[in-house]
Amino acid sequence: METANKNLAQLKIGQLAIIDSFTDKLMALKLLEMGCTPGELVKIDRIAPLGDPIAINVSGYMLCLRKAEASTILVSLLTTNI
Amino acid sequence: MKENQSFVDFSEKTSLKIALVGNPNSGKSTLFNALTGLNQKTGNFPGVTVDKKSGFVKLKEGQILAEFIDLPGTYSLYPKSIDETVAFEVLCNPNNEFHPDLTIIVADASNLKRNLFLVSQIIDLRIPVILALNMMDLVEKEGDVIDIIRLSEKLGVKVVGVSARNKGSLDVLKQALFEPLPVRQYDFINIKKLAPELIEKLSALINANSDFAAFQFINNFPQISFDNNNIDNKEKIVTLLSTPLIDRNKLQSEETVERYKVINRIVGECRIQKSAIKTKSFSNKLDSFLTHRVGGYIIFLIILFFIFQTIFFLSSYPMQWIETLFVSFSNIAAQNLPQGELTNLFVNGILAGLGGIIVFVPQIAFLFAFIAILEDTGYMARVSFILDKLMRKFGLNGRSVIPLISGMACAIPAIMSTRTISSWKERMITILTTPLMSCSARLPVYTLMISLIIPNDKITGFFNYQGLILMSLYMIGFVAAMAAALVLQKILKAREKSYFIMELPVYRSPQWRTVGLTIFDKVKSFLIDAGKIILAISVLLWFLSSHAPGNKIKIIEKKYETVDMLKKYNDAERKLKISSEQLEVSYAGIIGKFIEPAISPLGFDWKIGIALVTSFAAREVFVGTMATIYSVGNSDNTQTLREKMYLEKNSSTGLPTFSVAVGFSLMIFYAFAMQCMSTLAVVYRETKHWKWPAIQFLFMSALAYISSFLVYQLLK
Repeated sequence: METANKNLAQLKIGQLAIIDSFTDKLMALKLLEMGCTPGELVKIDRIAPLGDPIAINVSGYMLCLRKAEASTILVSLLTTNI
Repeated sequence: MKENQSFVDFSEKTSLKIALVGNPNSGKSTLFNALTGLNQKTGNFPGVTVDKKSGFVKLKEGQILAEFIDLPGTYSLYPKSIDETVAFEVLCNPNNEFHPDLTIIVADASNLKRNLFLVSQIIDLRIPVILALNMMDLVEKEGDVIDIIRLSEKLGVKVVGVSARNKGSLDVLKQALFEPLPVRQYDFINIKKLAPELIEKLSALINANSDFAAFQFINNFPQISFDNNNIDNKEKIVTLLSTPLIDRNKLQSEETVERYKVINRIVGECRIQKSAIKTKSFSNKLDSFLTHRVGGYIIFLIILFFIFQTIFFLSSYPMQWIETLFVSFSNIAAQNLPQGELTNLFVNGILAGLGGIIVFVPQIAFLFAFIAILEDTGYMARVSFILDKLMRKFGLNGRSVIPLISGMACAIPAIMSTRTISSWKERMITILTTPLMSCSARLPVYTLMISLIIPNDKITGFFNYQGLILMSLYMIGFVAAMAAALVLQKILKAREKSYFIMELPVYRSPQWRTVGLTIFDKVKSFLIDAGKIILAISVLLWFLSSHAPGNKIKIIEKKYETVDMLKKYNDAERKLKISSEQLEVSYAGIIGKFIEPAISPLGFDWKIGIALVTSFAAREVFVGTMATIYSVGNSDNTQTLREKMYLEKNSSTGLPTFSVAVGFSLMIFYAFAMQCMSTLAVVYRETKHWKWPAIQFLFMSALAYISSFLVYQLLK
């Protein structure tokens, strides 16, 4: 089950989502290269103690990025676990 | 598929150039170490391999001399830093002097998808490659299976499963170098479709041997330009590629998305996976402690605290042995060698200088070992993660933490490691503030001063006052660096948006071989590079302090030979009087006296002045200078330098020269002053402008003088 668009920075720890698209062209290039491609499954792994940056599980590894960067990734939240 | 491959065979060659390339954290450097046996530092933090390293190895029973080149780690052939540009140019430009005959692509098998992105780009250059699938042991541990034969078929290149941490699998890789190698002759994705006209026209102009090479040329123009001597062509290329109609962002994102589509398909066919979302359970558990809201910071501080206590406490034993050893060397030499200038030079110049250097080897070894372990385990990346937000307030980046911490060992590699910071402003602030972190060359000065003015009392068990003071000095350096960063943040203007996208590698146990190699390498370069300067300056200093203009040296000796003097003082007293008066009139004494007015507000006398002058180019010379001055001025060889300095009295007040006020003033001076030519040179190299090292030098010197002045006047 998928719900309406959110950006990745709005997700809570443990939530799963599918990457839809990007809002910042230049940032998208960096994220794509690191395996954040449309259709890819992401999970919020942890949030740094000061609330930023966040660590996500994507393409089989752990990537950390700031909330500012995460907010350029539009995702569909998955409500069911896999 | 066979018709889509051509084969190359290197088994008949006598020399071979082999490049190693791969993502950061793919274990590339470890593999390079294992292949070449050369001393090279391996870390777990993204981008630790900043220098191009190479090593010659005889392969195939000595028939082939292979040169292995370790290229900087990169995630793609879209270079974003100087390091990645190096990797890009070597691979893409056949005219580059390091362009390899054969490329070993190292990929982390436990992170196959993202690693295959770079792999697919390199394969599309149609250069001969072997894929070394590293960390197969981790894949098995996770319960996954990778079908290597199938993967090799799909990729169209040879694939060898290795485990860089296990030497056995390396023979298979070495063997594979000399079997006929398939070179894939068709593209992963339809590259031509992305920009058909441009690729066709450009291919004709640059003589590209693949569509992808032409495509990369288009995308990275004009930042990247291959050597092309044909002027006529050059103009045509510039005209062709300078049109604003080319949407490079679009081309790059289309290429990336297409590649990942193909990669997803290949990975799906070649890997049997337990679950879509990997929970690296061990790493995860560790992370819940190490990046914990409160605990994460406490653990980080405890680790730092432990490191300083260890450096002081554990290394004090070997340091004592070394000191005692050199005292007995001096004694034996002084007793058995004939009296004269040469013996004097040997005992008071060379031996004293050498002892002053070697005594710090234990501390330097400990410091570098700790930093190597923190990097190798993957912990440093976590420190960046938990500190990024804090660092941002100071105009820095989470990635600045590594240079700042490495700066406690040595500012030179630390400044070089700032290349992973992509924002110009954040990188500049990191470069300019890192030298304020107390490096290992300051350690000797701190150690000597602390042992003179702070009692060696234990608080409880492991902790002592000396270790605490040492840690405070490092804290002061850190606070100064942060304060300077705050100021710079206001002054410097950002050139691009700052970002922080970084891999958090899986925790791994440190490789003791790597740690050992690092220690060996650093100690060796300290002894040889710093040792040469220290020794040369010691000898020069010995000359300057035992010679004087005219025959003043002789006059003083004669003065004490009169009957009156012989009655007044006994032999030992007379010797001491003579040597200290001789030092005062010597060339070194003249220099020290010359600058004394400028430094006496800081509490320094002319003898310390001599040391300040000699350690102008390299601060580690301070202790060697002190050793030389005090052995020239003191004929008793049974005392260690520390004892001699402890007994030193100020000639006008009669109080100990190294009082608490002087000791602290001196330590603060050394904490802040920019006394390192090599750092200034590396700052120039990294910033490409003399303005920055000049500002850094003036700022740090002023800070040192003012702080020292305040400390002395307050404590006096």
